Amino acid sequence: MQIKEAPETFDVIIVGSGAGGGMATKILSEAGLNIAVIEAGPFFDPANPESRTQLKWSYESPRRGASSTRDFGDFDAAYGGWNIEGEPYTKKNGTKFDWFRSRMLGGRTNHWGRISLRFGPLDFKRKSLDGLGDDWPISYDDVKPYYDKVDKLIGVFGSNENLPNDPDGFFLPAPKPRLHEMYYIKGARKANVPVYPSRLSILTKAINNERGVCFYCSQCNRSCSAYADFSSGSCLIFPAQKSGGQIRLYTDSMVREVVTDDSGKATGVIFINKQDRKEYKLNARVIVLAASACSSARILLNSKSKIHKDGLGNSSGLVGRYLHDSTGAGRAAFVPDLMNRETYNEDGVGGMHVYTPWWGDNKKLNFPRGYHIEISGGLRMPAYGFGFDMDVLNKFIGARVGGYGNGLRDDVKKFYGAIIGLSGRGESIPLESNYCEIDPDVVDEWGIPVLRFHYQWSKHERLQAKHMHDTFEEIIDGMGGYALGDMPTEADDFGLLAPGRIIHEVGTTRMGNDPKKSVTNKYQQLHDVDNVFIVDAGPFVSQADKNPTWTILALSWRTCDYIVGELKRQNI
Amino acid sequence: MNRRDSLKSILLGSVATGLALNGCSSNETKPEGMPKPDDTPLYGRTESEKLRDKELFESIFFNEHELLTIAVLCDIILPKSPAYASATEADTVAFIEFIVKDIQEHQIPMRGGLMWLDSFSNKLYNKEFIKCSEEEQFYICDQIAYPGQTKPELIQGEAFFTRLRNLTLTGYYTSKIGIDELGYKGNTSNVWDGVPDHILKKHGFEYEEEWLAKCVDQSKRGDVAQWDDKGNLIS
Repeated sequence: MQIKEAPETFDVIIVGSGAGGGMATKILSEAGLNIAVIEAGPFFDPANPESRTQLKWSYESPRRGASSTRDFGDFDAAYGGWNIEGEPYTKKNGTKFDWFRSRMLGGRTNHWGRISLRFGPLDFKRKSLDGLGDDWPISYDDVKPYYDKVDKLIGVFGSNENLPNDPDGFFLPAPKPRLHEMYYIKGARKANVPVYPSRLSILTKAINNERGVCFYCSQCNRSCSAYADFSSGSCLIFPAQKSGGQIRLYTDSMVREVVTDDSGKATGVIFINKQDRKEYKLNARVIVLAASACSSARILLNSKSKIHKDGLGNSSGLVGRYLHDSTGAGRAAFVPDLMNRETYNEDGVGGMHVYTPWWGDNKKLNFPRGYHIEISGGLRMPAYGFGFDMDVLNKFIGARVGGYGNGLRDDVKKFYGAIIGLSGRGESIPLESNYCEIDPDVVDEWGIPVLRFHYQWSKHERLQAKHMHDTFEEIIDGMGGYALGDMPTEADDFGLLAPGRIIHEVGTTRMGNDPKKSVTNKYQQLHDVDNVFIVDAGPFVSQADKNPTWTILALSWRTCDYIVGELKRQNI
Repeated sequence: MNRRDSLKSILLGSVATGLALNGCSSNETKPEGMPKPDDTPLYGRTESEKLRDKELFESIFFNEHELLTIAVLCDIILPKSPAYASATEADTVAFIEFIVKDIQEHQIPMRGGLMWLDSFSNKLYNKEFIKCSEEEQFYICDQIAYPGQTKPELIQGEAFFTRLRNLTLTGYYTSKIGIDELGYKGNTSNVWDGVPDHILKKHGFEYEEEWLAKCVDQSKRGDVAQWDDKGNLIS
């Protein structure tokens, strides 16, 4: 079979349309470059009524929103999930690793929590502080101007608090706390844990005349039809198209490899069109990978040639290495003072209105790094699973357990909105021994060799999870609540979730000044091939106790400025 | 109409609604040339998801006796009263029929549990559960509806009843009738501006001035954001 080759040569091919790819599309197209964007899933526009789930009622789904079709429930916007039919991945040596992929224009930005936290000055220099992992080759000052620009372009609500490692920014005003969040504030303060307005990329105020303002349905995970939250399509790619950018979108197109010439320089990519199952080749002067940390590593490792025998950009042998996800643990609490609530519309924005950034002093603790705390609860729309916890709660308050008849209706109303969830999301230590690689035996349905994961948490992450749970219990106690379930023990890793579950995987193509110890340089350019760049979270040296998206966006913008400069100077 | 007949009509009505959604066995005859209604409910499905829903709707899991038994149990769990709708009126039976096909872990426990219930009923009264009088049905339920008080030899029955109660509560309170009864007021566009004062007070809270200063002034939500160099919002 002959590969079909497009006659034109693009200036830039961008692989992936999530946060990093979307930003690259906007910045590079606005610089006048001719762009091809290749996305492995279908076109998606949250404003399209055909695909819209926002403002649907639970009863509009025959499974009432259960997660049997989509991992985060029927109304979640992500197409894909932990497992995608026809696109497997494997694990070895007892590894537990779950890989969430969202196959659609905009990728995982369509459903994420919109928690938009800058990394702080300390987050770029961790090795200097605690001797673990490595320092980034850049500092907060290098990224700050881009964080500022991202704040202003996309919009994030929050508050300037002058904290040492959670920098101020250009924030939209925050929403007022909900009732259960007032209980959290009370409990946290009693436990000497600080609380601040949360920082989410949701428009509580207009940021321009194109996008809508939040109308408080709390459903950002369904992707906003008014474009009032950040999704890569609605906030970056569509505006770039509207402002006249030369952008060709290739959807349902799965990139297999980057093609290089005899000199080792990249000339284009080969992808498989999922509709006709044929191979196509596109050519470009510059290749920008933004397929996600693991997918970009997979593409590089599958791009073997005479010059790049172990895969593209892999002379260090480190492509796929230092894979790490955020730590995660959670606990639910029952708050008797929230029983028998008067109901009112408490949807608010999608996600928490308050949060706790890391506050601890590691010198006094038995683990490195930290975590932030996320809060959930409130008078939510009932969905599948609603009412399943009546027995547990009745047992808890010493009331009659079980039963039947109209008394159950009183139980349901008694407990509605009386549960608060606390989740810790923290920083793990990147290790060379945690990695993804190509499984020599397995291909997906597109014939592309798949990833095999090897990952073990260390004692650092386990001890951090223990600290999370100890803190949760203190806070819960402080708000007059009761932690549900048992405190997890060492036997179950202190409740530490499997790597991959927090969907913050980073580090597979980490940046550095030494080509032997890193895959990309400080501009996210491959050390080995100067016209290939990576703008997803692969180049992260360490993950911080923050969510990665805001940093992906800032670094993608920074890299694109560099690409434009290098093209002008004819260096690439 | 006796109780069983009324249940049967409600039940079959609700199942028929489910079937009508996919249009495969509707008794209605439509004039030729009329456009066919959309096969599946419109809630943002992908093509493969539409197909999955269609297959689930078209397959049948419970037989009529099982459905009738579920209906009787659902309405014992959430009965009709002057103030409230019954579980079957909220289409709970159709929901349960769908969800056991969708989440297959429910299938054996539900089917086996129904059989267990009839066996228990046969032992006690020499008749199937739905043929029992209301008093007899309540007596049976009393043996298995209260976790912690169940005789050891009836624990399997308790597990079944608990599962059915959970599914009935979920089915009911995710229906339009149930959501209205619960008092959920959201899922609508609005300008949210905090917890109502009297509720805050009732819980012993008030918003602090310092915190409110960081919060949105909803009268200016439409003004395009502008900041000074230091990141202070000035619009």
